[in-house]
Amino acid sequence: MSPLPALNDPMLPRPFRIERAWRELSDTFSLYLVPQKGAKGFAYRPGQFNMLYQFGVGEVPISISGDAAEPLKLVHTIRAVGTVTDAMAGLKRGDVIGLRGPFGTPWPVEKMAGQDVVIITGGIGLAPLRPAIYHLLANREKYGKIIILYGARTPNDILYRRELEKWRGRFDISVEVSVDRAGHDWAGNVGVVPNLISRAVFDPLHTTALICGPEIMMHYSVKALNTAGIRDKRIFVSMERNMKCATGFCGHCQYGPHFVCKDGPVFRFDKIRKIFSVREI
Amino acid sequence: MVKIKGLDRMLREHPFFEGMGADVQGIVAGCASNARYEADQIIHHEGDKADRFYLVRSGVVSIEMHVPGRKPVIMDTVHDGEVFGWSWITPPYRNSYDARAVQLTRLVVLDAKCLRKKMKKDCAMGYELLRRFIPVMAHRLTSSRLQMLDVYGSPKRGG
Amino acid sequence: MVSPVGAFAAPVITDAAGLGVLVAALGVDGRRVIGPVCRDGAVVYEPVTKLSDLPLGVIDEQDAGVYRLKKTGDSRYFAHAVGPQSWKRYLFPPRQSLWSARRRGKGFEIVKDTPAPAPEYVFLGVRACELAAINIHDRVFDNGDFADPGYLARRGRALIVAVNCTRAGGSCFCASMNCGPRAEQGYDLALTEIVGDGGLRILIETGSERGAAIMAGFEAPLADKSDLAAARDAVRIAEEGMGRKMSQGARKALGKSLDDPRWDEIAMRCLSCANCTLVCPTCFCTSTKDLTSLDGKTAERQRVWDSCFTLDFSYIHGGSIRRGTAARYRQWITHKLVHWHEQFGMSGCTGCGRCITWCPVGIDITQEARVITESFVKGG
Repeated sequence: MSPLPALNDPMLPRPFRIERAWRELSDTFSLYLVPQKGAKGFAYRPGQFNMLYQFGVGEVPISISGDAAEPLKLVHTIRAVGTVTDAMAGLKRGDVIGLRGPFGTPWPVEKMAGQDVVIITGGIGLAPLRPAIYHLLANREKYGKIIILYGARTPNDILYRRELEKWRGRFDISVEVSVDRAGHDWAGNVGVVPNLISRAVFDPLHTTALICGPEIMMHYSVKALNTAGIRDKRIFVSMERNMKCATGFCGHCQYGPHFVCKDGPVFRFDKIRKIFSVREI
Repeated sequence: MVKIKGLDRMLREHPFFEGMGADVQGIVAGCASNARYEADQIIHHEGDKADRFYLVRSGVVSIEMHVPGRKPVIMDTVHDGEVFGWSWITPPYRNSYDARAVQLTRLVVLDAKCLRKKMKKDCAMGYELLRRFIPVMAHRLTSSRLQMLDVYGSPKRGG
Repeated sequence: MVSPVGAFAAPVITDAAGLGVLVAALGVDGRRVIGPVCRDGAVVYEPVTKLSDLPLGVIDEQDAGVYRLKKTGDSRYFAHAVGPQSWKRYLFPPRQSLWSARRRGKGFEIVKDTPAPAPEYVFLGVRACELAAINIHDRVFDNGDFADPGYLARRGRALIVAVNCTRAGGSCFCASMNCGPRAEQGYDLALTEIVGDGGLRILIETGSERGAAIMAGFEAPLADKSDLAAARDAVRIAEEGMGRKMSQGARKALGKSLDDPRWDEIAMRCLSCANCTLVCPTCFCTSTKDLTSLDGKTAERQRVWDSCFTLDFSYIHGGSIRRGTAARYRQWITHKLVHWHEQFGMSGCTGCGRCITWCPVGIDITQEARVITESFVKGG
């Protein structure tokens, strides 16, 4: 895809400087990173992730949420949910963090050409899907319908709201947003995302669905997609597990026979169907 | 008669009645009428007599709860081809939430008293209606449970 | 199957004195010989410089949750079975530094510690099950996508002197895993102790060029047919002495029994102590520790052994995936016996029996696999 080489020593973080840091939501922020001396830019594919290291605090896996066609504009959207991400929330322009990557399997954006595409996502799950959306929009003519169904907690928790509104304004893509609860100032959908699936119109025999969100939300989304006639082979989900090394050595992210860090995070659903409903696996 | 015929067709086209026998449909149509609500108009209030059941033809209806001292909370929205209102099935026949048209909304309204009477007399028809109602209720219940989980809530907020 | 032995040098036969010469010869040229020694009531793998370091006549009584050493008049140096340690502590050390970092201005600089060259280990007394475990780690640490250079360096330099077991330990079941008791390949030298009327004799087979180079200076008569037959018989005694075996069909049964009620029953006994994963020669899970100096100027990342039996192991923001002991035990045993095949094309268990011996409550992997396999077969 891109002529930039991938990084080679997978265990060694490389220094990246914060070019810009901005708040997305009350607990969510984005970082635009540029390589420091001793590091190079790299190509990545939509759906892949990096391991970001905060000096002296620790390392976390974060999906890349920028445009893979412009790999040098490296953007990560991060939710402050723990020690490392809390520390990262305080990063400012000029600060330096470590980066390893890119790791993991991508969304099958090329293989979906000629299909209708349904993107189902909720909360921060939109971040790992944004590179896929950029790809679809940049190659709009290659796809059938494009439908984005997004769920958030409240209208104030809608990630990338301006972009969602912009996409919704296009004539060649449909965007539906639903929130779990709202007041009268919200004229949109209220209810869970899977409910949007039954209202969407697509050709079930020629549709590929990409899902990223909390596991329980993906569980009900797959059910709704199956009911709508989409087979497991045409459904892709991005799984989340504890990832420490990202290279398949540490064992933490095991998911049945899979290492989420290298066999995932994006799985074709039929490959994990059997274990998806097994508890605590 | 023309009016009834029109409603009959509307019922036939509504997903809730998909595959329903013409005889049952005809009986139900006898209890049906058309309604139109402007944006923001209240369709019914919590505690009102539940003497109607609604099919959304087009538009959006919000299901709301009112908590004293708080702004009204929208719990769910109901869209084209969906139904709402089931307090009419069981005593004391009182609505358990507010329903409000979010935008211009067209509904088919079924008279609950009329339906209840017919269902009591014609058990087959009653069963046919309930058989369609229960999955809708189950689905709504599952959705509400999912919402209760607050899946997008921050782990820090205890959600 | 054709034995690779003949390709390098013909087997020779020697005695205890000859073994002493060999032990001394292994330790020259800067090589570090690690072998079995008795310490703290167990046979552990520590530096060995002379024959008398080896546990002559020591046997171990092993059973589920039981381990006792006994000094006997046995003339063998390797009559014991495997102890609590395995060679993984040398090839895959419990704690390794990955890199360190120094603060510099607004940023920091990462320094990959240039590791001292891997020592040239000689592993003396590697059993067939352990050879199989090393073979498994070769695959784990070079998984097709990534390779661990530290492991590969240590492994590449290590010289392996296998010992064919002539006595089965009380927890052994390698034969049913097709991992032993005879070391078939992957060694540089292989020893078999033969106890006869004339005292202890040792058959030495050569399995590699490096093994052959060591044997080049070693004077001993070639083994004849009767020596080879005696060695085979000695190993057969170990094979026939194994009281445990892994159920055929366990892989399929366990893989399809993820919801079996037996997991909850095991969880009532399992302490989630992680002993089984620490003594297991194939368990490879690690965690990373980020350490910072008190002044905040330097940081270091270490890789340390971890265990899927801890609650933290499966933590993602908000909570752990495997909250219950049942799920953690299931993860461990299904990883070993089921999912390892899909990940690495081989079983993750070699039948060494350590997890059985060192489980404080005596949970037996062969027993649990059997119960689930039988109930699966019955449930059909």
